[in-house]
Amino acid sequence: MKASNSLWKENLSGKLPEDLAHEVDHYETELGLRKQGKLDERLIAETRLRRGVYGQRYDNGQRHDGKRVQAFAYPSGNLTKGPNTLWDAPGMQRIKIPAGGLNASQLETLAELAEEYSDGIAHITTRQDVQLHYVHIDDTPTLMRRLAAARITTREACGNTVRNVTACPLAGVCQDEVFDVTPYARALSRFLLGHPDCQSFGRKFKPSFSGCVQHACGLANMHDLGLVGVTRQVDGKDVRGFAVYVGGGLGTVPYQAKLFHPFLPPEELLPIAQSIARVFARWGEKKNRNRARIKFLVHDLGIEKFKELVWEERRTLPPDPRWTQYLDRAKELKEEPLHPPGETSVSASEGFERWRKTNVRPQRQEGYSTVTVTLPLGDITANQLRALADTVRRFTRETIRTTVEQNFIIRWVSNRDLVDIYEALNAVGLGEPGAGTIVDIVTCPGTDTCKLGISSSRGLAAELRNRLAQKSFEMDAAVQNLHIKISGCFNSCGQHHVADLGFYGVSRKMAGYAVPHFQVVLGGEWEGNAESYGLPIVAVPSKNIPRVVTRLTDRYVANRQSGESFKDFVKRIGKVEIKNLLDDLTRLPADDAGPSFFSDWGDPREYSLGDLGTGECAGEVVAAIEFDLAAAECEVFDAQLDLEKGNFQQAARAAYLAMIHAAKALVKLELRDVPDDPDRIVQEFATRFYDTRKFFDSFAGGKFAQYLFAAHASSGQPANPDSARYLIDEAQLFIDASHACYNRLGAVSVA
Amino acid sequence: MEFQHVNVKLFVKNAEEVDLASLIPVFHSWIQDQAKDELLLDVADYRHVHAGPGLVLIGHQGNYSLDNTGDRLGVRYNCKAVLEGTNQDRLVQAAQAALAACQRLETEPSLAGMIQFNGREIEVFINDRLLAPNRPQTRAAANSEFRTFFSTLFGDIDYAVSYPQDPRSLFGVRATAFQSSDTATLLDNLQSLAQTTGPRWGSDEVTSACRS
Repeated sequence: MKASNSLWKENLSGKLPEDLAHEVDHYETELGLRKQGKLDERLIAETRLRRGVYGQRYDNGQRHDGKRVQAFAYPSGNLTKGPNTLWDAPGMQRIKIPAGGLNASQLETLAELAEEYSDGIAHITTRQDVQLHYVHIDDTPTLMRRLAAARITTREACGNTVRNVTACPLAGVCQDEVFDVTPYARALSRFLLGHPDCQSFGRKFKPSFSGCVQHACGLANMHDLGLVGVTRQVDGKDVRGFAVYVGGGLGTVPYQAKLFHPFLPPEELLPIAQSIARVFARWGEKKNRNRARIKFLVHDLGIEKFKELVWEERRTLPPDPRWTQYLDRAKELKEEPLHPPGETSVSASEGFERWRKTNVRPQRQEGYSTVTVTLPLGDITANQLRALADTVRRFTRETIRTTVEQNFIIRWVSNRDLVDIYEALNAVGLGEPGAGTIVDIVTCPGTDTCKLGISSSRGLAAELRNRLAQKSFEMDAAVQNLHIKISGCFNSCGQHHVADLGFYGVSRKMAGYAVPHFQVVLGGEWEGNAESYGLPIVAVPSKNIPRVVTRLTDRYVANRQSGESFKDFVKRIGKVEIKNLLDDLTRLPADDAGPSFFSDWGDPREYSLGDLGTGECAGEVVAAIEFDLAAAECEVFDAQLDLEKGNFQQAARAAYLAMIHAAKALVKLELRDVPDDPDRIVQEFATRFYDTRKFFDSFAGGKFAQYLFAAHASSGQPANPDSARYLIDEAQLFIDASHACYNRLGAVSVA
Repeated sequence: MEFQHVNVKLFVKNAEEVDLASLIPVFHSWIQDQAKDELLLDVADYRHVHAGPGLVLIGHQGNYSLDNTGDRLGVRYNCKAVLEGTNQDRLVQAAQAALAACQRLETEPSLAGMIQFNGREIEVFINDRLLAPNRPQTRAAANSEFRTFFSTLFGDIDYAVSYPQDPRSLFGVRATAFQSSDTATLLDNLQSLAQTTGPRWGSDEVTSACRS
């Protein structure tokens, strides 16, 4: 805790917006009450989450150090800031950046906070937020006051709230956009922040804006509320509106958003968003967190019924002047350049030319370009943030935004300044080329800091980045432009479903030990606002993933047809062939490299989801269950093939049977002669693994078992493309969870 | 003025020979052994960031890092806890923590002497802008404290000091001795509590030579 915390409140008195000052004071009081034991730990958890104060890995006070589980003796003892979350354990502070927009002094504030309260690093997230890690909760009120003084809030950055409103970072300058969505995104963000209708959701709610249909920048299809700018001709004039999509989302099982309205006039934007929020709050699931996102509500009700409810709500809404107050200014609001337009000056620098090729994009305003500042793994130092502040002051009117690809984009750079801005950025290590290419890997925090991480997504991303950067400029152009996205677990924070090459962390047991793995997810599409989602093909040990990338990209270069996208290539050659291509990489190598597979990238500790060991009896069962689980994985893979062929009923059936067989594999650990009857298998599984909570993951609980129960209850019902696809995803997740359960059981039996 | 959250950085002599990857297991082993008096928690790897914090051993009371800020590699200790005592006590505590970490790394068997410290340069920062904003008044107020501290640290060896000029930076000072000392000697000097006779101290110059 900082010595100056008690002084900052007085120092900043009068410099904060009144509402934010009051908000932080209230939060600080609540922290004090919790310390006095006057506030329940669940309440304080929700209180802090709604202010962006998140837990971090090991915050239960325990960490496996590679040899044993260590219990940390913190000064505050057993005082908690939430269930099973110790007060003194370092946490993460998420900071909302609406539409990604920042100015120079805000960058400087972030630099100060990263230095003083974190570990010197600010991290850009896949939703345009900024995160600081290793923050002590006692410092968070001061941190929030200093942010508020810079007109930044952390309010509703986490929790069951409206999260950061994201928007295309090129809005206003993009050559392809219909119109600038920025003022609408900001208006929606202001309007919904703290709105009474948004305080009783069962889960979070993520809005996003995009200025066009064809590009990925806004990712409208994977958001709870996706808004895409469109125009119509009315009386010979272009009239603005929004195509409104609802119920999209990644998470464990990704859903494509449904079209709610093809052309919503801007004056209806805020009231409809409010109405959707009210329907979500009223009708959305509250008890079962695993089905509480709006995507489940839209799916369960059907889009037509959902629309009905929203329009009913709209009719009863009391008018609010804020719905339209901003509109007059919206069309006039535009950024200005600092310098006059110009032509790019000539540079003999090879570095500049490489950087220009990937990081510079012409604006629709002639003579100006946007410049992407690539951040490895989304990280930037305090010194770099200050240098970036200097740079945007020197070359622009402080027009900079964060991106969902974990970078910054500087807008309104005169072309005549491109060489100079490159040199300014390069001098502080911010001039790396490769924006939007295979080197520009997106990753969630994974096992580095996330409580849910299974495999080291950042470690893998760093390794891939190192390897690919060395040869990226010699690569075939088609490979250069592929997207790699990595999540440390099934929760999709790294957006692996919409990558050309997606990976998410799972664990597998090999030779009696837990081995970090990644599921290889292929077939996703980033373009078209995340137009399609990939499916997992096969789980590969983490240390073999670089070889997976090499093998797939080499094959793509060798066999692709003219103009064929990677997604189309995958579809054409088929998942069977791809699986065969990677088959040997799913096994441990026989050579000396084998032992390295038992630890993760950048982490020398023996990989563990608990204490490990083997016994002779366990060894006998290991072979049996691994064989059974592998067979279940084959079945779910077959289900994918059926789905591709349009055999939805067969696909659904195969996915269901895969779950049954995985459940049976677990049941056989306790009941060797389990009959081959699905009813009995599910019953035995429920009794032995669900009721006893043996199957429960410490964070996901019994979520994946619910997939089995739901699939069993509805088995034989007609399937459609969506339902078959969801079932396949759920089957794979159930099998992954069965592997994890088995790993844990092995651990317990030896401990 | 009160110094809290003192940071001390000691520079590596042979940065080009240091492979940070080989330091990762060493930091993890410090957690396994709880090798310091403070509670050690985790390792954060920022090798991918240009001129960044490098490799950070996260602790509860303080962080230890192989820090590459300013594109210069060194061991940095960042005291996060609020400490009792005088400013000298807090400067000495942070310097001792950093020096002890250096000594441990120099003698770490798995590193086989890979890392050596130059024993003549030290940076001290106050990681709290409200207590110590980076401006001339702070520098003036801190002069005598730094003078006493560096004189104790370097013993009889002359040194020069310089200050970061960017007012946005943390307030701090770099002292460069005119002669190297090994880490054991520097630690001994701090423990000796030797009183100095008062160095020459340039008041507002960016860089000034000092004599103990």
